Amino acid sequence: MHKGAADPGLYDYHPYAGRPKVVWPDGKQVAVWVAPNLEYYEIDPPIHPKRNPWPHPAPSVVGYAHRDHSNRVSHWRMADVMTKHGFPGSVSLSVALCQHHPEVVADANARGWEFFSHGIYNTRYSYDMSEAQERCIIEDSIRTVQDATGQRIRGWLAPALTHTPRTLDLLAEYGFDYTCDLYHDDQVQAVKVAKGTLASIPYSLEVNDHYGFFVYNMSGREYADTLVRHFEQLAAEGERSGTVMCIPLHAYLIGQPHRIGPFEQALEHIAKDNRAWIATAGEIVDAWRAQVT
Amino acid sequence: MSALPDSYTVYSQRRHGYDHDLYTWSNMHERPPIQWPRGSVAVWLCVSLEWFPITPGGPFKAPGHMVTAYPDYRHYTARDYGNRVGAWRMLEAFAAADVKASFATNAAIAERYPELIAAVQAGGHEIIAHSTDMNGTIDATLDPQAECDLIGDAIARIVAATGTRPTGWLSIARQQSFQTLDILNAAGLRYCCDWVNDELPYRFTNGLINLPLNHELSDRQIITVQQKSADSWAQSMRDAFDWLAAEAVRAGGGRMLPIHLTPYIMGLPYRIGALEALLTSLGAHPDAWFARGHDIVDEWSKSE
Repeated sequence: MHKGAADPGLYDYHPYAGRPKVVWPDGKQVAVWVAPNLEYYEIDPPIHPKRNPWPHPAPSVVGYAHRDHSNRVSHWRMADVMTKHGFPGSVSLSVALCQHHPEVVADANARGWEFFSHGIYNTRYSYDMSEAQERCIIEDSIRTVQDATGQRIRGWLAPALTHTPRTLDLLAEYGFDYTCDLYHDDQVQAVKVAKGTLASIPYSLEVNDHYGFFVYNMSGREYADTLVRHFEQLAAEGERSGTVMCIPLHAYLIGQPHRIGPFEQALEHIAKDNRAWIATAGEIVDAWRAQVT
Repeated sequence: MSALPDSYTVYSQRRHGYDHDLYTWSNMHERPPIQWPRGSVAVWLCVSLEWFPITPGGPFKAPGHMVTAYPDYRHYTARDYGNRVGAWRMLEAFAAADVKASFATNAAIAERYPELIAAVQAGGHEIIAHSTDMNGTIDATLDPQAECDLIGDAIARIVAATGTRPTGWLSIARQQSFQTLDILNAAGLRYCCDWVNDELPYRFTNGLINLPLNHELSDRQIITVQQKSADSWAQSMRDAFDWLAAEAVRAGGGRMLPIHLTPYIMGLPYRIGALEALLTSLGAHPDAWFARGHDIVDEWSKSE
């Protein structure tokens, strides 16, 4: 990006009307991917000068315990309904989860899910990192996930969505294929990087369960209805050129007992629609790149 | 030179298990199944009885506390409405449905409103210790001795005013310090309700039991924070119950539905009907076992 410039220079303007036609495998119109965030939040992290992780001095019991619900209870609840309806996960992973709760990571790996990095912890922020520190977390992520799962990660969602002006250039340099950090489109788009190539895959904040429940204050049923409406629109538009729908999740939110039932119904709705190509992030980026280059 | 110290990418607690020693990890779905005396879902009604001094204090301001400049008549009285009216509506609703609940009670409530405590006890409900009053918040800025004194004072005053010794504790806003679990244990309590990381009881390293009181299912979260209607809240409770009952069948073991109620929220005239209807439908459900906090802890302990 152009550091300090008013336009960060991440991409060119590319009007939605009249775009080249992207077609998903078997003529599908909308690529649907599910992105469970498998996270670890530290109970007593160092305080970053630009962001304090917790509302109370450590231990911030509700904040910490709420996230911990994922790793004791709700991961399996969420994962089981995804598996039941044929949705693989593309995991946004706090890679230290490989050390803290390898049992959770192993479960996701055994289900055939794809992993990408969401930083080391969701309580360590990238703002103001030196280049050496940023390379450190990228290399740590690649090595840690490789050791735990056998997968070479291809994607990135910055820890707690915190970046530096050089993050995307570094990702391209390390051979990453996609970033989930840009929210400017409903189709895969090229990102301008210093060297090499990088794709931006839509990872929606608007239908992220965190936004649904804590920004828009939806009930479980309202959120499920939102997912269906979002899907229907993107599936219809995908006839002109293939669209992407991402369902970003946090088990401690979607896996609560009052939300998981309606959510399962939304997944079932999408799974039954033959316009949907249910895929992983890497598969979507590969299918897109094969058509645009 | 970085604006962040080199230590920012050093992780001293990165290890198998948690980054603390308060409790150990376990996957709820892999534990031995638990059986309740009847039904597969323990429905735990927990009502908070809160007295908010018009002079706020404590390490942090409790949710629901005073908002305006002193004197905040608006919030002092609107909260006290729960103790004068709302809680009595709830007691009637519980009696009509023939169910027992837990009442997480500030010591100040026990001392100030003996008629309410007598009615809670006459109804066969449990009293859980819930600090001194709504200024009795706890966090890590509280001096350890002051925290010890606060908890001891709350328990002693509740014992004196109610004639019974509570076995459970609920912190205000479920917020603790790193000392709280040991203080509660040393004070002779058997369980606390503060950690929302599980859906069944579990034991902390020091022996105290956690009985998780899900804040996401509370009337405060759904109605006051998320601004949903009472009917939407009730729908969420039914959706939760249905899911848990089905999950209990698949797991071959019991589940828990904690329903956390606040008299000044759910006890309003236009909302109480939604609670009554929920109690009627769940009360008739063969999978529901309405239980007080200590009943659930007792049953869980038998199979621990």
